[in-house]
Parts: sequence; C-alpha cells; structure tokens
Amino acid sequence: MLPDDLRYSREHEWVRVDGLQATIGITGFAADELGDIVFVELPEVGSRLTQFATFGVVESVKAVSDLYSPISGVVSEVNQALRESPELLNSDPFAAGWIARVAMADVAELDALLDSRSYAELTAG
Amino acid sequence: MLSAIGVSSLDDLFADIPATVRATRFEVPPPLTEQEVRAELARLADRNALPRISFLGAGAYRHLVPSVVGEVIGRSEFSTSYTPYQPEVSQGTLQSIYEFQSLICELTGMEVATASHYDGATATAEAALMACRLTRRDRIAISSAVNPQVRRVVETYCSGPGIEVVVVPADLAAGGSGLTGPDVAGGILDAGFACLVAQQPNFFGGIEPMRELAEAAHAVGAQFVAVVEPTSLALLQAPGEYGADIVAAEGQPLGIPLSYGGPYVGLMAARMESVRQMPGRLVGATSDAKGRRGYVLTLQAREQHIRREKAASNICTNQALCALAAATYLTAVGPAGLREVAELSVTQARHLAAAIEAAGLGERRFSAAYFAEVAIQLPDAARRHAELARQGIVGGYLIERDYPELRDTLLLAATELTRDEEIDAFVAALRATR
Repeated sequence: MLPDDLRYSREHEWVRVDGLQATIGITGFAADELGDIVFVELPEVGSRLTQFATFGVVESVKAVSDLYSPISGVVSEVNQALRESPELLNSDPFAAGWIARVAMADVAELDALLDSRSYAELTAG
Repeated sequence: MLSAIGVSSLDDLFADIPATVRATRFEVPPPLTEQEVRAELARLADRNALPRISFLGAGAYRHLVPSVVGEVIGRSEFSTSYTPYQPEVSQGTLQSIYEFQSLICELTGMEVATASHYDGATATAEAALMACRLTRRDRIAISSAVNPQVRRVVETYCSGPGIEVVVVPADLAAGGSGLTGPDVAGGILDAGFACLVAQQPNFFGGIEPMRELAEAAHAVGAQFVAVVEPTSLALLQAPGEYGADIVAAEGQPLGIPLSYGGPYVGLMAARMESVRQMPGRLVGATSDAKGRRGYVLTLQAREQHIRREKAASNICTNQALCALAAATYLTAVGPAGLREVAELSVTQARHLAAAIEAAGLGERRFSAAYFAEVAIQLPDAARRHAELARQGIVGGYLIERDYPELRDTLLLAATELTRDEEIDAFVAALRATR
C-alpha cells in the first residue's frame, strides 16, 4: 500500500524525488486521521520552504492541521486541482493529491526522512 | 444536593483553593428591601444629565427606534440564549443571525458579512488586520478624516503585531474641501501597504471620493477598506459598487439607542474570496440529513477556539442582541423607510447650517458636499459650547478636542428626529452666548 519509492517524515508527509525536483504531499494515514478534507491552504509559488517548518494548512470537518515540509527548497508549482477538489487528499493522497513541486535545496536532507518500511512501522502502532 | 455530589459541606467545594488566599470577610452592606433598592437606583439614575436638545453625532446618532425592536429583542428566547454552538438547539438564533448577515450584504453591496463585532471601531481595526493577512504586508494607511476614536483603536490593534499605521492627511485647511485627496493618498501609498482606510461620510460629514480612493489603493495592490455610516447607504452608493474590498461600520444608528456609548455593534463585510481571512463568527445555511434547510456556525477553523494562536483573530463572539436589534430595525423600516430617515437627516442638516449662516452666527468650515453632519466655524466655540450645555443644549462636538488645528469649530449632526423648533431654539441660544 505504501509506495516504496517515497521518503516519509514523522509528521506524515511524503517526498517523491526526481533529480533535483521533489513532489510533496501528505500520506494516506494522515488523510484518514483527519477525516473528510474540505480545504487546503497551499503555499505560494516562489516561496521558500524549510525542512520540518510549516508551509500550509489542511482543514477537515473535525480539525485543522499545519503541514510541515519534509524538505527545504523553493516552490515551483502547486496543485491547483486541490482548490476545487480538496477531497483528492483523501481519495488519492500519493498521486493526484500531490500538494507542491519543490526545487530542492539540499539532497542530503533526505537522509533525515524515513523509508517506507520505517514509516509503516511508525504508523502501525 | 451536597450529598448528591458526594461532599459533606459547602467548604469542601473550595478545598482546592489554598487557605492562605481564601477570603474570610466580605465588606457587603446589609440587605435592603425592594423599595429601598428601587429608591437608591432611582437616586443614582437621576444623576444622568439628559439634554433637552442635542446635535451631537461624531460616530453615534440619535435615531427613532421603532417599538417593534424592543418587542423582538425582549423575547426571552433571544435575550437569554447563549452562543449557538449546538445547531440542533439553536436554529432560531442562527437563522436570525443569518438574516442579519444577509441584510448587511444587501445594504453594503458585498458578498459575505460576519455575525457582527463589538463596535465599528474594532470592526475597522479587524478589517485593517484582515487586509494585512490577505496581502501579507505590514503597513496600513488611514485618512485623518476617519473618526479619531476609530483611528486610536486601529493603532492599538496594530501595535501588537507591529503593523505601521500611516496617516493620510485630509484637506483640513480653512475653506478646504475637508476631504481625503486621491492624489495625496496615491503619493503616500506604495507596494508595502496592505490597505487604505477611508470613511464615508467622513468624520466631518463630508462625502469622500471613495471610487478614486479605491483606485489609488488598488494601483499598488492594496485593499480598500471603507468605513461607512449605515443609514447613509440608503442614499449614497454602496461600497460594493465603488470597489471596496472590506467594509466596516458602526451599526448603532440601526435601532440601537445611544446609551451613553454602548453597547453598540460592529458590522463587517467583504468578498467571498476573502472569507477565510474574515475574523469572528459566521453563520451559514446548509441542509440537514433529511434535506431540510438549516443554519450552522461555519468556517470555525478561523477562530481562536479551534486555531488558537494561528486564528484569524482572537475574536470568536458577536453582539447577537444588538445585531438582532439592527436586523429588526432594517426589516421594520424597509428600504423605503431607511431612505426616508436618510433624506430627513440630510434635509435637517442643511436647514440647520442655513439657519446658523442666515443668523450670521457662523459658517461652514469646509467646502465639500456634506451628508447629515456639518462642521461650523464660529468664534469662541469652546466657551459657548459649555454655556449651551449648562442650558441643556448639546451644541454638537467640539472638534478641537481631537484636531487642535481646527479651533472654534463645532461638528453638528441632524437626524430625522431633529425638529425645526429645536433648530430655532438652538440658533436663539447660540446668539445669546455671543
């Protein structure tokens, strides 16, 4: 169920790396915990993200949660589909529900993230 | 009851409070009979000095409150109910607030209105902070012709988050327009400003060039915050039509008595695209599981009881009873009635200014068209204002209290309650103080 090619943060975000470009989003575990998502506050294109700092907000029917960036870099694109269809985070969190594309500042930061097995262990308990 | 909750004495309920900080004596006078209490309260109330005639405005206005307003807000279902957090038991309250919000949208020409705020001053301050959040800028510009009390509250609200307040000077020279010049505003505004705040009619009753001021704000990507007097909207152009991004107002003129300064009610409205940055309470319409129309508090994730320090504002309440009074007033007078109120206020203000000028007692300080309030220049205004007060006549507001450069100027307001005989009596009394 958990994509193998991704890295994961303890705050339940994922990163897909493609050279120096990264795509980030939230995991299915996070989406399930939040419940039906009704709104996503996306970062601005061109804004600078810092690893583990907040970069946006996701709102469900029962809670509001900050989003913590799994990596540092500059936002090159955000998923506009989430404005009209925030529920994509529930239905397809690892693909169509991607949140932002980021030009990575430091590839070494990925070492601080978990692989799919470690993340599965984290969320199993 | 004590045994029902498992304690043996009243003192047990205070067991968590250390004995060292517990009070042992209370300096409370002996009990009085109901007659004695009534007599004491009447004695205190008699100390209120009620004027025989008043032309005082400057932000709060003497309007007729139709008796239906008191009937509606006096109903215990409204006057005793608490915050409608549980929609299943609060549909009446929620519907009344939703209708209030709808009326404010109609009046201002905007798309969404909040459930109300404490007063116009805090609503204006919240509007300025909202503009800062929307633009991510930290400076605001505000005209010197905005009510000085409102400006002080805005400054207080801006001081915490470190937002700089820059005053745009209106043309207050003798014989000047008394208005905010769009060119002057444009010269001050730059891409660092979140908003320009202007008032309509302004503090001196002047009718501002709001469309041009909105354009000056938009030219630098700033929001335009219009602070409006609600009854004037029956005659003047709605803020939604001249490009206001956020509207704030003092709702007191809508069926709320002067009450020596409060309680009043703040109004706020904006475009739907900005709704997530609106502070305070919002009631929305929805449907229940059976498809029936219902009302709920919505978008509560903006409020501090959910978002804490990341909330849009610390405010998560409204002035429900005053908002209900305003909604009842608007419904009772209707658009035609509100227009009558505005037309009579405007007519009586002109009658007042003309009577003073015809008697050679004073003249208008500013040249621009005014609504229902006018600044009149006359010699020795402070002394004469005090003499009139001793006779039970409030000769308007002494402007030099807030604008030291505007000596010898009285701000006089008229409403539909201003009678011709009152104007005649005022002119006669004014003449006698020369």
